[in-house]
Amino acid sequence: MERVNGPLLEVAGLRGVAVLDVIDVGPLHVPAEVVSIQDGRLTAEAFEYTGGLRVGDGAVSHGRPLSARLGPGLLGGVFDGLLRRLEGGPTWLVPGGFGEMKSNASWPFRPALVELGADLAPGALLGTVTVGSNFEHRILVPPDAHGTVTQLAPAGTMGEDDVVAIIGGSPVTLCEEWPVRRARPARERLQPVAPLVTGQRVVDLFFPIAHGATAAVPGGFGTGKSMLLQQIVKWADAEVVVFVGCGERGNELADAMADLSALVDPTTGTSLRERTVVIANTSNMPVMARVASVYTGMTVAEYFRDMGYRVVVLADSTSRWAEALREFSSRSGELPAEEGYPASLSSSLAAFYERAARVRTLGGAEGSVTLIGAVSPGGGDMTEPVTSQTVRFVRCLWSLDRDLAYARHYPAVTWRHSFSLDGETIANWHASEGRLGWAEARARALALLAEADRLDSVVELVGVSALPAHERIVLLTGRLLREGVLQQSAMSERDAFCSPAKQTALLEMVLAVYDRCLALVDGGLPAAVVEEFDFTAVTRARDETGPDDADGVIRLRDEVLARIAEAS
Amino acid sequence: MSTNARSGSEMSVGPLGPIEYSGARRVGGPLLAIAGVEGVGWDEIARVRLPSGEVRHGLVLEVSGDVAIVEVLQGTSGIDPALVNVSFEGRPFDIPVGDGWLGRVWNGMGEPLDGGPPMLGRERRAVNGAPLNPSRRDVPSDPVFTGVSVIDALATLVRGQKLPVFSSAGLPHLDLAAQIAAQANVAGENFKVVVAGMGLTHADAAAIRDVLETRSAQGDLVLVLDTADDPVVQRVLTPRVALTIAEYLAFERDQHVLVVLADMTSYCEALREVSSARGEVPGRRAYPGYLYSDLASLYERCGRIRGHAGSITLIPVLTMPGGDITHPVPDLTGYITEGQIVLSPDVHAKGVYPPVDVLSTLSRLMRKGVGEGRTRADHMALAAQLIASFARARSARELADLIGAEALTETDRIYLDFEDAFLRDLVNQSSDESRSMEDTLKRAWNVASVLPERELTMMPRAMTAAYYTGNLREGEGGLGADNDPAPVRASPPMGDDHG
Repeated sequence: MERVNGPLLEVAGLRGVAVLDVIDVGPLHVPAEVVSIQDGRLTAEAFEYTGGLRVGDGAVSHGRPLSARLGPGLLGGVFDGLLRRLEGGPTWLVPGGFGEMKSNASWPFRPALVELGADLAPGALLGTVTVGSNFEHRILVPPDAHGTVTQLAPAGTMGEDDVVAIIGGSPVTLCEEWPVRRARPARERLQPVAPLVTGQRVVDLFFPIAHGATAAVPGGFGTGKSMLLQQIVKWADAEVVVFVGCGERGNELADAMADLSALVDPTTGTSLRERTVVIANTSNMPVMARVASVYTGMTVAEYFRDMGYRVVVLADSTSRWAEALREFSSRSGELPAEEGYPASLSSSLAAFYERAARVRTLGGAEGSVTLIGAVSPGGGDMTEPVTSQTVRFVRCLWSLDRDLAYARHYPAVTWRHSFSLDGETIANWHASEGRLGWAEARARALALLAEADRLDSVVELVGVSALPAHERIVLLTGRLLREGVLQQSAMSERDAFCSPAKQTALLEMVLAVYDRCLALVDGGLPAAVVEEFDFTAVTRARDETGPDDADGVIRLRDEVLARIAEAS
Repeated sequence: MSTNARSGSEMSVGPLGPIEYSGARRVGGPLLAIAGVEGVGWDEIARVRLPSGEVRHGLVLEVSGDVAIVEVLQGTSGIDPALVNVSFEGRPFDIPVGDGWLGRVWNGMGEPLDGGPPMLGRERRAVNGAPLNPSRRDVPSDPVFTGVSVIDALATLVRGQKLPVFSSAGLPHLDLAAQIAAQANVAGENFKVVVAGMGLTHADAAAIRDVLETRSAQGDLVLVLDTADDPVVQRVLTPRVALTIAEYLAFERDQHVLVVLADMTSYCEALREVSSARGEVPGRRAYPGYLYSDLASLYERCGRIRGHAGSITLIPVLTMPGGDITHPVPDLTGYITEGQIVLSPDVHAKGVYPPVDVLSTLSRLMRKGVGEGRTRADHMALAAQLIASFARARSARELADLIGAEALTETDRIYLDFEDAFLRDLVNQSSDESRSMEDTLKRAWNVASVLPERELTMMPRAMTAAYYTGNLREGEGGLGADNDPAPVRASPPMGDDHG
């Protein structure tokens, strides 16, 4: 070791090391990533606290870049940015605090129907192990192996390092290593087809996201960003969820974990924890591991994608990741671009978001990784570099609005500055599911919301009585859409999740009420009379019917329409 | 948990004790460059001895070849590079831990300010601490009572929470911080308070010592004071010293500890100054790019750990420069903390103490600290109702300012009465008055009862049946704006005595 300046290290005399390889330095084996090599001097960034490291301390190369150990132990676990298991780890995370990383866990293995002597390509199924109560974890030929099978393990209990098969002369174990910065290969990218149902109406109805697409969620503090993400962790219709807590609060993470353990997945009957992998690099943990954590999370997601599963990655927050990139580049003396961020910020963001995809896997199955990244704009400024760069690379934007949050309108996703580029694809999917009116209802509702916003600003100037009757009905409908459809209570058992059928029913109910009221004022009834009708049944329908009770909503709609008819 | 485990690595010192190096190659800003060193570790503490015999402390910022860059905590003024002697201690900056801190007043580096003996102890802890494994955290629960109605009723502090006070220059945030430090309790259980002042004026420091005298005399309080004329590098250490003492009390002695850090803006400015002296690339408003991580390394030291009875609850107090909540200091703080208590010049102008802006104040963890068995079953619903009603009253007030109170509907006029009662009977209190939770909830219900029962739409009927006191008014009729609402008790005029 020649130089220590915080996490920035310089080492001389170590040979056979490539850029991005990991080296261990000092007596406590602090891991560090090599970032440049010049005249035999390595510059490396340490992943842990470097206090006490001295000039003259030794360094050993791992001989490979930062890699994740992928295997059946991932589901249900909590890991740090380097994928070291935190549960069972030390209370205080100090260098050298983690012991041996290998676990003694074992799982029941069942071999697939593979004939010895067959020629196998990467992605071919070798067998399955059951993880948790009923998750089928598929063991595949790794992307870098192929050849003739000369041995396949029989059914039985296996540990992480037990050999499943020998292929092309090399053993394939239950666990494999993969460098986290490199995307795992797939046969081809596929077009998005179906939506990721989040159960959150404002997302699914208005700004839907397809399996394999990307979304950014910018929001200042207090706008309910983490809450929205947690709702998606709980309710998204995916087989595996990877949650990357990147530079966020420790208490929040503890709370989310407790919630996930308590909630039961309605489709499998097991705790939601069992389908979730948590990568936790809270804000007080070392900054360099924060850079690694998003790549680690993505690699874990791709691993499950390759088994043919639909995976969702939630990264909270990508801004903290970008800040870690900034810290790193400023320490290594790079010329800063905007606000001190490195000029490579936008290409790093773009490359990261591009790892999300729906693919045909090497084994021929269909799998997807959907990426949802929270963004924390400093001072709520949407023009700051991370936010403004991110929105260029995503398919969906769910902007959180402070005014809505202050008005306790949750989720505070604003319809003014959000978008989805997959609306049409998803409209086709809904049509194929028998909801033919979905696209039209969505378009009408978005137009009504925009018109209601415009009218609201007019009313602030001239008062509501100056508006013509049909515009007053638009205002009324805007309120019903906000309170009856867009707002959703994460605390309510009935409202926290809403099925696509119920979502559509709620939206169509408000539109039906709008049509009826419009007909009444066109028929000469004063708008003031219509405004006095009792619409609480409309705004409460979301909470008075079960999560999938579309018929209940339709019944309520008919009652409301009948009462309006009576009253007029 | 041994000392070494917390201090990181074993930093060895030569067999003959620390070697003293004579002369510095370069002196400038807070930095000294010492050449010819051997075996010096990064982040070690250095002793800098001047010819006068004065000893200063420093931290190793960089070691490169045989050169060590040392940041001198007390600054380099008066240092002649040819005549200075520097030795390295082989360990990071650490302090002894123990109960000896309690009941005493210390400077930002943990040296006595009260004329007493220095803190001694065999066990030492590095002040930087170590990150807590997030999977070991326990979810905060159970309230900390502050005796301040507006906080206890509407933004309850929860054990293990970090809840900052956002203020502006000229507002009584230090009074409020001192009042909370003096009054806070957890209903009978062991409770300790650590107050760290950063960049305080001597007058403010003296005022805080006065207010906290009783608690200090009981041996329940540690006061760490860094004043505005202390060296800035020391200010960067002050909160770390305080939190290290608190971590020991909470997680090794099973106490509930409240830490008050004031003023975090002075801390951040010190950090900016040091960063600029180090020649680092500046981020937003010239604060260092790592401001978020640095603040998190302080704020995240609060919480609870599974299997430990103690907790650390944190109240950082900060002034928003120019009253701007988007300034990096409040902004980054808000991203880390779990809610905020916002003080407003408008409320202050009405003579209300504490001048809390109720609508932008929020305790995100409140739900985990209140309710049946903690405070009372009706607490959460009552708080939500009061805030919603106060928001409605605010819009009624704005309307009244435009078109006159006479033009308001009758209901809206009652809301104006409600706003007055809310500020007068619930929020306003004197800075030495500690109210019980029972008293606070009673006041809250009296204020809610200014409104007709039908307006309390968020309250379950069973709760209004049990606590609502305004039914008498329903029958009275003729609710003029000038009628004195019956259920509101007479109370002293606002703002008379919060000095």
